[in-house]
Amino acid sequence: MNTEILGIVLSFALTVALAIPLGKYIAKVYAGKPTSLDPIFNPVEKLFFRLSGINPTQEMTWKQHLVALLTINLLWFFWAMFILMNQGWLPWNPDGNPSMSPDLAFNTAISFLVNCNLQHYSGESGMSYLGQISCLMFLQFVTAGTGMAACAVVFNAMKERTTDKLGNFYDYFIKSCTRVLLPLSFLVALIIMFQGTPMNVEGKASFISMQGDTVQVSRGPAAALIGIKQIGTNGGGYFGVNSAHPLENPTYLTNIVEVGSIIIIPIAMVFALGFYLQRKRLSWMIFGVMTLGFILFLLPTVYLEMQGNPAISQMGIGQHLGSMEGKEIRFGSAASAFWAITTTVTSNGSVNAMHDSLTPLSGMFAMLGMMINSLYGGVGVGFLNFYIFVIIAVFISGLMVGRTPEFLGKKIEAREMKIATIVALLHTLLILAGTAIASYVFVRNPSIGWLNNPQFHGFSEMLYEYTSSSANNGSGFEGLGDNTPFWNISTGIVMILSRFLPIIGPIAIAGILANKKFIPESAGTLKTDTSTFGLMVFAVILIVAALSFFPSLALGPIAEYFSMK
Amino acid sequence: MKTQSASLFQADLVKEALGASITKLNPKIMFRNPVMFTVELGTIVMLLVTIYSLSHNDQGTFAYNLTVFLVLFVTLLFANFAEAIAEARGKAQADSLRKTREETPAKVIRTVGEMYLNEVQIISSARLRKGDVFICEAGDTIPTDGEIIEGLATIDESAITGESAPVIREAGGDKSSVTGGTKVLSDKIKVEVTTQPGESFLDKMIALVEGASRQKTPNEIALTILLAGFTLIFVIVCVTLKPFADYANTPITIAAFISLFVCLIPTTIGGLLSAIGIAGMDRALRANVITKSGKAVETAGDIDVLLLDKTGTITIGNRKATHFHAAKKVDHQAFINAITLSSLSDETPEGKSIIELVKTSENIDLTIDSQQISLKNTKNTSSYSIQDLHFIKFTAETRSSGIDMPDGRRIRKGAFDAMRNLTERAGNTFPQDISEAVKRISSNGGTPLVVTENEVVLGVIELQDIIKPGIQERFERLRKMGVKTVMVTGDNPLTAKYIAEKSGVDDFIAEAKPEDKMNYIKAEQATGKLVAMMGDGTNDAPALAQADVGVAMNSGTQAAKEAGNMVDLDNDPTKLIEIVEIGKQLLMTRGTLTTFSIANDVAKYFAIVPALFIASIPSLQGLNIMKLHSPESAILSAVIFNAIIIPALIPLALKGVDYKPIGASALLRRNLLIYGLGGVLIPFVGIKVIDLAVSLFF
Repeated sequence: MNTEILGIVLSFALTVALAIPLGKYIAKVYAGKPTSLDPIFNPVEKLFFRLSGINPTQEMTWKQHLVALLTINLLWFFWAMFILMNQGWLPWNPDGNPSMSPDLAFNTAISFLVNCNLQHYSGESGMSYLGQISCLMFLQFVTAGTGMAACAVVFNAMKERTTDKLGNFYDYFIKSCTRVLLPLSFLVALIIMFQGTPMNVEGKASFISMQGDTVQVSRGPAAALIGIKQIGTNGGGYFGVNSAHPLENPTYLTNIVEVGSIIIIPIAMVFALGFYLQRKRLSWMIFGVMTLGFILFLLPTVYLEMQGNPAISQMGIGQHLGSMEGKEIRFGSAASAFWAITTTVTSNGSVNAMHDSLTPLSGMFAMLGMMINSLYGGVGVGFLNFYIFVIIAVFISGLMVGRTPEFLGKKIEAREMKIATIVALLHTLLILAGTAIASYVFVRNPSIGWLNNPQFHGFSEMLYEYTSSSANNGSGFEGLGDNTPFWNISTGIVMILSRFLPIIGPIAIAGILANKKFIPESAGTLKTDTSTFGLMVFAVILIVAALSFFPSLALGPIAEYFSMK
Repeated sequence: MKTQSASLFQADLVKEALGASITKLNPKIMFRNPVMFTVELGTIVMLLVTIYSLSHNDQGTFAYNLTVFLVLFVTLLFANFAEAIAEARGKAQADSLRKTREETPAKVIRTVGEMYLNEVQIISSARLRKGDVFICEAGDTIPTDGEIIEGLATIDESAITGESAPVIREAGGDKSSVTGGTKVLSDKIKVEVTTQPGESFLDKMIALVEGASRQKTPNEIALTILLAGFTLIFVIVCVTLKPFADYANTPITIAAFISLFVCLIPTTIGGLLSAIGIAGMDRALRANVITKSGKAVETAGDIDVLLLDKTGTITIGNRKATHFHAAKKVDHQAFINAITLSSLSDETPEGKSIIELVKTSENIDLTIDSQQISLKNTKNTSSYSIQDLHFIKFTAETRSSGIDMPDGRRIRKGAFDAMRNLTERAGNTFPQDISEAVKRISSNGGTPLVVTENEVVLGVIELQDIIKPGIQERFERLRKMGVKTVMVTGDNPLTAKYIAEKSGVDDFIAEAKPEDKMNYIKAEQATGKLVAMMGDGTNDAPALAQADVGVAMNSGTQAAKEAGNMVDLDNDPTKLIEIVEIGKQLLMTRGTLTTFSIANDVAKYFAIVPALFIASIPSLQGLNIMKLHSPESAILSAVIFNAIIIPALIPLALKGVDYKPIGASALLRRNLLIYGLGGVLIPFVGIKVIDLAVSLFF
């Protein structure tokens, strides 16, 4: 087998192999069973809870969970705004980077608050070390923890019983951070640090290159931030060019570790569900559907990137390495394609190659991954999005077998359908409406200077930006001049809506279902852990995405693809 | 059951429905159906555009716009027609039942204070009010629904049930209801009117079908929400397409926008949704079941547990005598004589079956005239004067019946334990061999009747239940549907177990008292299951009300009919099985047509999207995989396909998707393949074919 492809297969297989035991461990954490990390973290947690006056054993209803979740997020938002707008004069700023403008601070604060990490600034010149650590890295932990805690609430609600008591939010949240995110990101940080990623608080280093120029090299507490950036599907890089930067992702080994870190928790969460509910078949069904979609996007992308760009071939330039524009030679086209799909199906958004330079259809698959946003998806929230599709699929297929639809013994009725429909609708609305407004403004002010590329590719740049914002992904088609009030504010609004409504929706549905009477299975019940049902979910996901986005994709990447042939 | 017309579209019904499809265009009515309401808005816009295009040419030619307008208009009519034809069929079916209760004269007895006068007035049936009492004699048609308060009569109910054999209805029992339109064949009854005019179950059902009081069922509401969601997605897609097209420098005509929108929204299921619901009630009515709400039919599809009375459902009518076992040392002939005499006045089906068996298998010739009864067997003849015979009726205390002979013999027959008490109290021993015979009969599912003479046991009559042919298969089918069947019987546990095993029910309640049913239902419901039952007596009323689906027999008491949510005109206990299937079909038809409708959109995209942009972005020709002739023909073909698929699916909506009890996953696979994959592929073919025709003009 081709070494490049072998590299992909091995890193994926390794990640899945690690995700299964990790899932078992996560299930144990949420079930409140003892784990080996208890001796270290139990005293810390006890201290937290004592200081804040929280009783972690007090169970909450789904509404109380949401109140807790939203309140704590609001506090973080104010904290982030304060730091970003004042980092210029605050300590730990050896390079003297400035404070952010209000609209950029708004965009950045929201972007990190919603686990999106869309970056309209460049890390080297836009952030102080205090800002990187106390604002960005802090948010990368707690927002990932928020997503996982929300997911844990839904796990709890899926148990076979009738109740409105769904565990304690703060307990789930703290445990997600201390028992899962902290140890894993520590491990990743350690590995990449040994491979050469800096971890210090010193200012820029400089050296004189062979041409004799003086080159300034930014440094700082990079390794720690990169660990959680990958593990928590955050994606906001320490350096501007993210994991394409030689200090952020120095070697092929760090590339494997980083790309694996992107999907390990999203996959582990799926298996955690099976261990938690003792429904392993259900986990395998969900994992199967997600992987099928993932592979469906991955294969053509790897193929297309390895084939090279036809426009370049027409110039008579050989492309035996594949399409290498915007890619790093130490990773190659296949591993870059693998990363591109991995980072977009999850809501990570870190990059090791420039997505703007992907061949048109690869760019489309990257966008489709974000448009679906639940093939693995973000930590915790990926499953929540998937849950919405499961509810819709259960409803339609329940009718198709002649029975009022039920999922895990709970009847799906009008109220749940209303919530599921709104959540499913929201993503389409935000992406298309955002792109439509941007197109409208652009057509009337062609000299506004947003787009580096004309025509279809320019359209893709705008579509990609809103897709990435709405999927809380954070990667960009970097041809877009996006640090303007219009883009900062509009994507900020999109990010905040697309973060919290898709968390509120599934928790509300799960909470309402948990309170309903449990109906035991009979021969007439549609089993949801079968491949048939998996196929149904897959069809629902694909059809909803295709119907929502076909016209816009046709005008962007598809038109570009046909015009390049 | 009545013979049904095989044709779905009878000429007169179609005519009626066509008229209704026009009147249903009223936006106030359309608003109830969000999907079709948006189509109506689009049609109005297209009308304006068509008028505009007479004088301007920037929106395409007049002919093209007019065609799009007409196709949209026809789409609306088709959807309305689907609903109207379903209503018309339901109404026609109900009318044919109502026809039987046209104006008939009623012999009403007027009351003075609390007293009934003997004066009988003849008034029109329409003037009867609840609480009135009327008389019916042989040959009269019963003017309206009521409950017999005095007397007994044989009644011909064929007008309603289609069953020609007359039935007996009498005051006081569980078979005290009479239905308007049926005919009294013999005797005289006094009947109290139980419903106000216009408020009978049939009237209520007709109102349900006509839509005035039709309420959406929970599943229908949830589905409407989903469909509204899809409609909104396409509103977003179509509205945002305008700035996208501006970016791409592509002018898109209003006709193209509206066509794209109408094609994408789920008009197929949107247009057929209410027709499917009405057709469900209509199918129930065709099975001679009156439903009090659409929800009841839907719930029937979800039933987990079915309570079935043994008699009439699992076994044919009543028990029949099959064997006579004489006790040791008792002369067989004397035993047979005693049996015959004791059963002479026994009018119960069991009693009659004993006489039948005596005549056929024991060669006894029995002649009865008004004076004398003579019994002739192979050896001798004995005659008795009827005046001298004293018949003892069955009572609940003695649990036996019999005859006192002029010569002082006291012949009794009755239940085993009652007869044992009787003999033992008289100081006689109950013979060992008869005890054993009794046990053997019980464990074989039979019922023993012990016969004594002067408190000495002569022998035992074996009565057997005859299990209905084909019932095992029906239970097997129910099991595959995931429905648990429970037999309810007054028999002892041993007999019940035997019949339960033989007939294949999953569980049984033996020696059932009315409250046992109730408790069983409550226990099942507590575990989250839905229970259906059928009943007739006043005793059954609480259980009928408690059950999720309660089917009352039309012959049952008024209380039972009020308590249940369906009434079976045929009084056929196996009807529950059909009702469950009707409910499942109803849900399945909705689910499969929704899938089909959404799946259709894939092909429509491939038709319309290239058509929209091909002028300014020629490279998108690559998406025109159907190789449609021109942008205009592509758009027209898609809307025409979208329109004609609605009438094409009306038969399916009315008849319902076939239910196959092959397990939920297999059923899903099957329906996904037919309606999902089929839904993706069929429009590719359909649109291409239509395009070949349309391309001659555009």
